[in-house]
Amino acid sequence: MSDMDYFAGVDTGSLSTEVVIIDQDLNMVAYSIEQTGSDPIAASEAAMDNALSKAGITRDRIKKIIATGYGRISVPFADKKITEISCHAAGAYHLFPDTGTVVDIGGQDSKVIHVGPGGKVLDFAMNDKCAAGTGRFLEVMASTFGLSLDEMGELSLKAKEAMPISSVCTVFAESEVISLIAQNKPRENIILGLHTAIVNRVWNMAQTVGIHPELTMTGGVAKNRGVVALFEKKVGRPIHVYKEPQIIGALGAALLASRS
Amino acid sequence: MLLGLQKRGKKRKPSRPNPFLGPPLKCTSRLREIMTKHYFLSRYAKGAMPIAWVSSGAPVELLRVFDFYTVYPENHGALCGAQKMGPEICQEAERHGYHSDLCSYARIDLGHAFSGKTPAGKLPRPDLLFCSNNICQTILYWFKELSHYWRIPLILFDTPYNFEDIRDSDIQYMADQLEEMIPTLEKVSGRKFSQKRLEQFIEIGKDSSRLWGEVLATLKARPAPMTIFDAFVHLAPIVSLRGLPVAKEYYEILLEELQDRVRKGIAAVKNEKRRLLWDNIAVWFKLRDWSILFAEHGCNFVAATYTNAWVETIHYLDARSPFESMAKVYSLVILNNNLKHRLNLMRQMIKDYQIDGLVIHSDRSCKPYSVGQYDMRRLLAEDLGVKAVVIEADMTDSRVYSEEQTRTRLEAFFEALENE
Repeated sequence: MSDMDYFAGVDTGSLSTEVVIIDQDLNMVAYSIEQTGSDPIAASEAAMDNALSKAGITRDRIKKIIATGYGRISVPFADKKITEISCHAAGAYHLFPDTGTVVDIGGQDSKVIHVGPGGKVLDFAMNDKCAAGTGRFLEVMASTFGLSLDEMGELSLKAKEAMPISSVCTVFAESEVISLIAQNKPRENIILGLHTAIVNRVWNMAQTVGIHPELTMTGGVAKNRGVVALFEKKVGRPIHVYKEPQIIGALGAALLASRS
Repeated sequence: MLLGLQKRGKKRKPSRPNPFLGPPLKCTSRLREIMTKHYFLSRYAKGAMPIAWVSSGAPVELLRVFDFYTVYPENHGALCGAQKMGPEICQEAERHGYHSDLCSYARIDLGHAFSGKTPAGKLPRPDLLFCSNNICQTILYWFKELSHYWRIPLILFDTPYNFEDIRDSDIQYMADQLEEMIPTLEKVSGRKFSQKRLEQFIEIGKDSSRLWGEVLATLKARPAPMTIFDAFVHLAPIVSLRGLPVAKEYYEILLEELQDRVRKGIAAVKNEKRRLLWDNIAVWFKLRDWSILFAEHGCNFVAATYTNAWVETIHYLDARSPFESMAKVYSLVILNNNLKHRLNLMRQMIKDYQIDGLVIHSDRSCKPYSVGQYDMRRLLAEDLGVKAVVIEADMTDSRVYSEEQTRTRLEAFFEALENE
């Protein structure tokens, strides 16, 4: 045990920062999740310290650290930086080796990645310069309802029908939601409408790279059961979701650190 | 960065030699001199010469016969973009009610017309507007606005879109238009038409385009002696000074320098590992940053559909039948030709220049250039196995460009190339 080598991945995203530590046999030893807030350096340090203490090891035992996510350039202790596209592909492939497509809906962007043998990125698409179809979109909407993201997901499963949300813009969709609330429309139906809007948007993007079985969903939004259910309806069968979907980028980074 | 025409705001840091880039081209100082002179003299052209504002794809050879001093709003737009003045001047047009979805070259040009803002000091007010819809339809409405604003004549060269093969009736229609322009050009300029002079300008124009083609062809060498980012800058004379001896002379010396670099094995990107093709207009405000970013990853752009547009059809030009041949040269350009043609062109360029990857700029401003890009990307990836990335930007309006999103896309593209 004492000569075991460890590798770490740090995923500094716009909303949260995750650290995953794996050992040389690629077993996950510990992970941690912190809010990024306004200081990505502090968040990555905190997440790293937290993960190290969970793993019960000191920093010098980590042989290599790879940073990913939007804040990857500001992680001071990383040996290398790799995009979240490669990391999510590697992480999803490790957990679900039959993965052909990764749908990652993060805080600031959404991506669809076509994954090939060995977790290699064959192609990918990302949302354009707009927050619609991202975690931020759902966060704004959740705060409009005064709900948590998880609560929103649960509630949408009870909906009878989806209220159509016509605007693709987060800001305009919010005013649309406010006017639907004012009309006393059932909350769950409005939320299902929002989820449908986000899923349709990501689905359209997915068409540009093609849907390859099996589909794995990563990123924080995968915790929303309502969104997952809509994706499963689109694919026509269950999709893979790991219990902590937001750590998959960091896991992929740790795996790539062990390879290089 | 294109020209140091006017020092604005804070002083630019002198560009230090970059460890990833080869030595800069010696010709660049000559280019700067030519283009500075071109814009500088234009201030004094009013009254001395008739002045025309011309679109990039208009048959300028005809104007040369009447000694028009020509200003290219698109080249001026590129200059504003490179000087990072795009948003400021675009806003001048938006203030007058022009929508931000309108082409940013159009907004810069209109914004300049309303406010006088330009990094070039001052542009002369035109006596004539001359455009062709072979590049887009926007140009017509944009020039119509200028025509209305200044109450000056506008001449349109209408080029039917080429769906399959150009028809004889189309050629006749276009040749007739060129002949019909002559009386108006004579009236505005106060000069007489001369068939002989037209033939001379056609010969010079043809020679300079042919030389530009040879300049681009030197990039077939491994390693390539310059990058497409250089070519975007050295494109200025063929756009703005086409048909004039100065453009021809310039490309002669540039070609000589590049051939010399090829002989000596001087590389533009020191560690040229991957060769890339660029599609669409340059993102002028990112030229410097990206030339370094790609060089750091051992990537060199060795071809672009954009720079190629000034060579592609020039072989049709023939002084013996000036009007008919100009009809072909100007109506068969990439943006007025069908998508199958564009696909085949890219396929050929990928083979000729040994391309490993495509960077496709989806230009918010230029709809005719950006249409069909996702399909072309898919077809080229399927057929030839080249890696491709689409980046969303604009040639001058940096407000619609997202640095972080684009950086992630480009880095993922580099990772995919390295994992090949």
